[in-house]
Amino acid sequence: MNKLLIANRGEIACRIIRAAQSIGIPTVAVYSKADEDALHVKLADEARFVGGPQAKESYLNQEAVLFAAREVGANLIHPGYGFLAENAEFADRCARAGIVFVGPKPETILAMGDKHRARQMAVAAGVPVLPGSDKLSDDQEEIIAAGAKIGFPLLVKATAGGGGIGMRLVERSEDLIAAVTATSGLAVRAFGDGAVYCERYVRTARHVEVQVFGFGNGEAVHLFDRDCSVQRRHQKVIEEALAPGLSECTREEMARVSVNLAASCRYDGAGTIEFLYDAERQEFYFLEMNTRIQVEHGVTELVTGVDLVAAQIEHALGRDVASALSQSAIKASGHAVEARIYAENPSRKFFPSPGKITHLSVPHMAGVRVDTGLVSGATVPPFYDPMVMKVMALGQTRSDAIGLLSSALSQIEIGGIATNKDYLRAIITHPKFESAELSTSFLDAHHDELIAQATSSSEMAKA
Amino acid sequence: MKKIVSPMAGTVWKILKSVGDPVEYGDAVVILESMKMEIPVDATSQGVVTKVVAQEGDVVDQDTVLIELS
Repeated sequence: MNKLLIANRGEIACRIIRAAQSIGIPTVAVYSKADEDALHVKLADEARFVGGPQAKESYLNQEAVLFAAREVGANLIHPGYGFLAENAEFADRCARAGIVFVGPKPETILAMGDKHRARQMAVAAGVPVLPGSDKLSDDQEEIIAAGAKIGFPLLVKATAGGGGIGMRLVERSEDLIAAVTATSGLAVRAFGDGAVYCERYVRTARHVEVQVFGFGNGEAVHLFDRDCSVQRRHQKVIEEALAPGLSECTREEMARVSVNLAASCRYDGAGTIEFLYDAERQEFYFLEMNTRIQVEHGVTELVTGVDLVAAQIEHALGRDVASALSQSAIKASGHAVEARIYAENPSRKFFPSPGKITHLSVPHMAGVRVDTGLVSGATVPPFYDPMVMKVMALGQTRSDAIGLLSSALSQIEIGGIATNKDYLRAIITHPKFESAELSTSFLDAHHDELIAQATSSSEMAKA
Repeated sequence: MKKIVSPMAGTVWKILKSVGDPVEYGDAVVILESMKMEIPVDATSQGVVTKVVAQEGDVVDQDTVLIELS
């Protein structure tokens, strides 16, 4: 008899419960003191209290989660994303308690969580990394050769620097020696260490990632890619599948090396390889591998028709997933765009806005999927992530999907808390978004117009 | 007596002033943690701290008095 405990809360806990129910597996929710009236507690077949409102007392409390699992007789734990999802120690403790952790093996989590090791594994699997030099010597010819190998423009960086300090942009080879000398001199004064190195400079950077699924036996498939360039303070805001504007050749190569990497670590279940995509050079470089289900997995599900979470659970149970998920059977059709609704106030410097939901209205529209843990009358607690709802739209074309998403966002009503709903509409209807001129600096570059647009539409709505 | 209140629900992470400290308008007096973000709570008036009501680690609702000024 199988039983799945979900070690998470909010929209992802609800999403996992529904996936488990769709394949006939009983579910157990865990909840903190702050989540007694939360939707995931109501949806699950059973629920167990695991501790105080602070995450470390409850959702991060390994002891309490494992105790709850043993008490209810759960043989599976799905960690969702965040909290214990990429915690190798927890995955290991599950295994030792005889509970299947829905995710990759602890050693894979550990290896991918270590930047240096992850990069080495990527290189070994043939995944391109951002070209860079070792510490430069004083030898001018060597410096010129290092520059030529990396290509221009490049950055000269101080080894001891960080956060943009001790960094210099060099556009042409003839300026390199002077830049190295100057950066090294500055580094000596600022950090007491003059060591510098060079790294390729990406003028227009996009965040593109590939969804993979591994079968644990050295075989893996990909489920195409997503663009998640629109970010604020390194938090993704808009995601879409597939990534627009990639050449077929780039797309195929990115997928191929991603499958190689997943296969080389005998990856189990759903994972994501993140890349920095250089839109000018049309090249991509490894950033990291996320060893969990991603927030934005839904856009991939919409275009491929694959239920990734159900597949994760079935694979964890040792059932055959590989036949249904053969590479030739996975096709993408249409275009999907997702907007993340955060409980925050864009016109007040994006201050968080926890509180009681006094009113909630979510339209049912063909082609629109809404994943949320919100329910009218419940409280959005101040203790956790501000992301409260994901709104996804599937259209035949990118522009259809954007139109549908915009219309869905305008019809969604969330009362009692401030949200970024109007800001999201301002983003997706911005001409530069519509023409897919994406970059990770999109929101900073258009900050003032987006805020003005969002503020005026929310005032119109109030009037 | 002037009161500095919490602008939103959250957890009191750091208290930056003690009784007797002078406070200028706009000075950060408390840092709140809400939805995984650090939110500085700024003084909305000036004066001298007469009472620190909140304690680090307290869970507070919106409009909870954190600090009182003369």
